[in-house]
Amino acid sequence: MTATRSISVDAWMRGLSLLGALAAWQIVASLGDQSLLPTPATVLASMGHYLANGELLYHLGITLARVTASFLLAMAIGTTLGILMGRSRWVDTALDGILILGLNIPALVVAVLCYIWFGLGDVAAVIAVALNKIPTVVVTVREGARAVDHGLLDVATVFKLSRIRTLLRVYLPQLYPYLMGAARSGLALVWKIVLVVELIGRSNGIGFQIGTYFQFFDITSILAYTLAFACTVVIIEEAGLRPIDRRLTRWRT
Amino acid sequence: MADVRLFVTIRRKQYAGAAKPALEQLAFTAAAGEIVALVGPSGSGKSTLLNIVAGLDRDVNGEVQFDRPDARIGMMFQTSRLMPWLTVADNVRLVLGRDADGAARARQLLRDVGLDDVDDAFPRQLSGGMQRRVALARAIAVRPDLLLLDEPLVSLDAPTAARLRQTLLALWLQLKPTVLYVTHELREALAVADRILFLSRGPGRLLVDFTVELPRPRDPGAPALAAMHDRLLRAHPDLLDGSATLTSGLTDGEATA
Repeated sequence: MTATRSISVDAWMRGLSLLGALAAWQIVASLGDQSLLPTPATVLASMGHYLANGELLYHLGITLARVTASFLLAMAIGTTLGILMGRSRWVDTALDGILILGLNIPALVVAVLCYIWFGLGDVAAVIAVALNKIPTVVVTVREGARAVDHGLLDVATVFKLSRIRTLLRVYLPQLYPYLMGAARSGLALVWKIVLVVELIGRSNGIGFQIGTYFQFFDITSILAYTLAFACTVVIIEEAGLRPIDRRLTRWRT
Repeated sequence: MADVRLFVTIRRKQYAGAAKPALEQLAFTAAAGEIVALVGPSGSGKSTLLNIVAGLDRDVNGEVQFDRPDARIGMMFQTSRLMPWLTVADNVRLVLGRDADGAARARQLLRDVGLDDVDDAFPRQLSGGMQRRVALARAIAVRPDLLLLDEPLVSLDAPTAARLRQTLLALWLQLKPTVLYVTHELREALAVADRILFLSRGPGRLLVDFTVELPRPRDPGAPALAAMHDRLLRAHPDLLDGSATLTSGLTDGEATA
């Protein structure tokens, strides 16, 4: 009972704060210069226009594909490295310097170098985004791997569980909170970097579109694309990550 | 029926960085279907010994052998060590492999240890005693030839401990595994074991190998058991090092002071 009620209260709070932001936007826009900040209604109409002619969905789809590919690539590689580094002091020492370097190299440098080395294509774009995200995944997952309860792994050893069963039912569940954290912060990072990478080296996707409208100083279109983008992020969080998180942490309640 | 004899020879076990060995010059055998209690004060290396027998600790100068190479081991750790993210039934099922009827067997095992209606609960929703029962169900689920029990009744209230002990002995009668039973309570050892091995304060050595000649079922409060308890302590004053804590209820610190 209490759980359902607090979820719906949460949803109300979330909705109210978004409405508040929208109202503030409306007030500021109607007071100021509308060519610099158009009203929400203008932006919504513009978004409707781009939705209707198919342009928005085309670019949004392409950006989503790039986000998905680089996100999965970064999670897979980052998780593997994080587990290895968390388990073995030797691997940790060997890779720690590179990790710190990776955490601190600007996203722009990685993107430019990838385009130069791998050509101005989607492969370079996806690699560039993944490279930017891998280090943060490694850091989070390594923390989880260090905190693994060896007592539970002993259970798997004594009862001679297969390696795959040990991994799926004993080891990885201990990492779920860390993997969820890495996925959440990682997805946010990937969104941002994908747009930059598109802006500098691709001829489609949201980032490219925003770059184009920037050249025309078309603020309404820029905001229309941003709004569509923000809606997509909220949908992915609410329909994807949050239910998964709730399912995986069901046992805590 | 299980019929596994156990041969343990430990010349020396020392943890890295420790000043003295945890175990030294310790050898014993356990007959098939026998319950052997390991009794000693804390720091006598009882849990270390159990981990070595379980194959969890291989960094030891010594051997552990079974007379059957495919001997199955079931173990109850000192804490229940259930997977908190698995339901009670899934915790038992975890060790059952790919059995098609694994779910049904897990449920039956939970009935066998006296748990009803908690199959779909998560471990943290259960009391300590119930968690211990789930751990017992898991330990016997593999139909062990060798059952290793590390203080299975510790920190349970007296009635809960008594019920769990009865369940344990009933299951032992049914499956007849060879049992190593670690405890620091002499009375508890006398109530369950066929033989008691007394370990010295660290480094753990074998002090006395005592055969408990009491008929089963035994009542831990029975006069015969209490008499044996007192006789044992009188006859072997060298056990007092380990037993003083049991009889007078002193803490370890006070006992050594």
